[in-house]
Amino acid sequence: MVKKQTIGADFSEAPVCVSEWGRFRRVFFERKLVMFGLIVLMLLVITAIFAPLLAPYDPYQSNMADSLLAPSSKYLLGTDIQGRDTLSRLIFGSRTALMVGFLTVGIAGIAGVTLGLVAGYFGGITNMIIMRTMDALMGFPMILLALIIAALLGSGIVNVIIALSVATLPGYARVMHGLTLSIRENDYILAQRAMGAGNIRAMFSHILPNALPPMIVLITLQLGALILAEAGLSFLGIGIKPPGAAWGAMVADGYRYLSSYPWLSFAPGVAIMLVVFAFNLVGDGLRDALDPRLRGLL
Amino acid sequence: MAELLRVENLKTQFHTDSGLVKAVDGISYHIDELEIIGLVGESGCGKSVSQLSVMQLINAPGKIVGGEVIFEGRDLLKLKAHGPEMRSVRGAKIAMIFQEPMTSLNPVLTINQQLTEMLELHLGMSSKEARERVIELLGMVGIPSAKSRVDDYPHQFSGGMRQRVMIAMALSCNPEILIADEPTTALDVTTQAQLLELMRDMVEQFKASLVIVTHNLGVVARYAQRIYIMYAGRIVEEGTTKDIFGNPRHPYTIGLLKCIPRLDEEEGRKLVPIKGLPPNLINMPPTCAFLPRCSYNIERCSQEPWPPLKHLHDQHYISCYADTEEKNR
Repeated sequence: MVKKQTIGADFSEAPVCVSEWGRFRRVFFERKLVMFGLIVLMLLVITAIFAPLLAPYDPYQSNMADSLLAPSSKYLLGTDIQGRDTLSRLIFGSRTALMVGFLTVGIAGIAGVTLGLVAGYFGGITNMIIMRTMDALMGFPMILLALIIAALLGSGIVNVIIALSVATLPGYARVMHGLTLSIRENDYILAQRAMGAGNIRAMFSHILPNALPPMIVLITLQLGALILAEAGLSFLGIGIKPPGAAWGAMVADGYRYLSSYPWLSFAPGVAIMLVVFAFNLVGDGLRDALDPRLRGLL
Repeated sequence: MAELLRVENLKTQFHTDSGLVKAVDGISYHIDELEIIGLVGESGCGKSVSQLSVMQLINAPGKIVGGEVIFEGRDLLKLKAHGPEMRSVRGAKIAMIFQEPMTSLNPVLTINQQLTEMLELHLGMSSKEARERVIELLGMVGIPSAKSRVDDYPHQFSGGMRQRVMIAMALSCNPEILIADEPTTALDVTTQAQLLELMRDMVEQFKASLVIVTHNLGVVARYAQRIYIMYAGRIVEEGTTKDIFGNPRHPYTIGLLKCIPRLDEEEGRKLVPIKGLPPNLINMPPTCAFLPRCSYNIERCSQEPWPPLKHLHDQHYISCYADTEEKNR
């Protein structure tokens, strides 16, 4: 008997055509690690918003009678030298971490993107001035630059935000500058200008939307780094002023008693690690989901 | 008919590392109301640059160094390139369509967002009015079911469709002049013909004049009333379409026509290509730029500078010393 032959190609293994949103959902939401990161971040945000309701004790009230207690059913994560509940301070510390992270990203992101866009679009002398300034700023390590600014302005959360904004701004400007250089050469920019669009319109309603996906990824990845940097600054003692709660400062406080009362540093340390890890996971997920070059591979 | 736009002695130069490029070297032309003119030349002869200069869209290192563009009684080149006056000319009075329909639309914005922007900007329409108008315009340029496609993104359209969208965009603010810079080069031949027909009908309907910039003489033969032939940044021959095709007088034009295959000729005729390559526009000799490739050259050609345009009859001008008419016959 003659075996029936199939004529033409076998399409059963051909990739199924999926929509861009379908791909985003698959790459982003169906990955366990990304979902883990998202859940951690959501919990963090909820904790920060509802901190006063969630914290079992007043995080600022010292109670010398309960000084340096080990974790117990009364104080889940123990108490510090002044008898303040570590868990409550951890919960309020999430506010500091998130506020510094988001405000810094917001300020540095908007300023950096605008500077990079303007420099890349106009080129010439404008480009020279802006980008060389950015290069000069980039020459300093982030923490060092933040230390200098904090030393000039004094400690406190506002100054930490200013310092970190200045320190991270060149990164956004540089990436945006590169993106602008390539996007502005597209015919549609010339076509828009030929239709009477001015520079502002060309920059903000045509170049910017095309540059957004990589910028979103950069911003998400930066959030983790910023929370780490804030913890570093607090650890060095130029972050939030006592008795305010910041994870970095808590690590520093506990550091002195590390051998006898390790939980003092351990709890905020784990919190910092977990949050930075979560931001990086989500950032990586976003990068994979938004990168058109990985289309078909992921 | 009344003259709409007059370009006088326009010069645009690019300062590059390897030298000065005289991309447009003193061209003059004019467009009348409701007229269709063709600007023909090979790649790099300055035809696109001349049109971008008229719109003041030349970016550094390019610079418009001389000439006048008289439009509505004023010199457009005297307006500030980024000023509001020049912006109100672009798009609203003189609109432009580009070569690559695939890249002339912003990929991240919908068709509606891109077209309404111009209507709101130039005509002060509300977003609802503008949307209605966009749907109407898309219908006019032959986009089927425009109402449901207006919110689509450019990648959902084919090349020909996108060029139709570009035509709709260019005509949306009722411009008086439409400049089409190689509008059909990137499209296949059947689509080309459809789009040229469409463009002619649309400019007639909108009472606009049309400048077709192309390297394809066949494209302008059918639609243009007058033709300018450009070579190395200058106009070498101008005349009515009948003059150019019936009685070409510049050696370059003659050469161009000899290398086009025709359906109506006897079999066996060989196509004669123009020998040599187009000149490098850096450090050009003062003599005629076509001289190295010219088969008519006479002694005078290598001794005197580039010949000025010489009037032959009516609207027919050439820039050549040789008596090509006699030899051509």
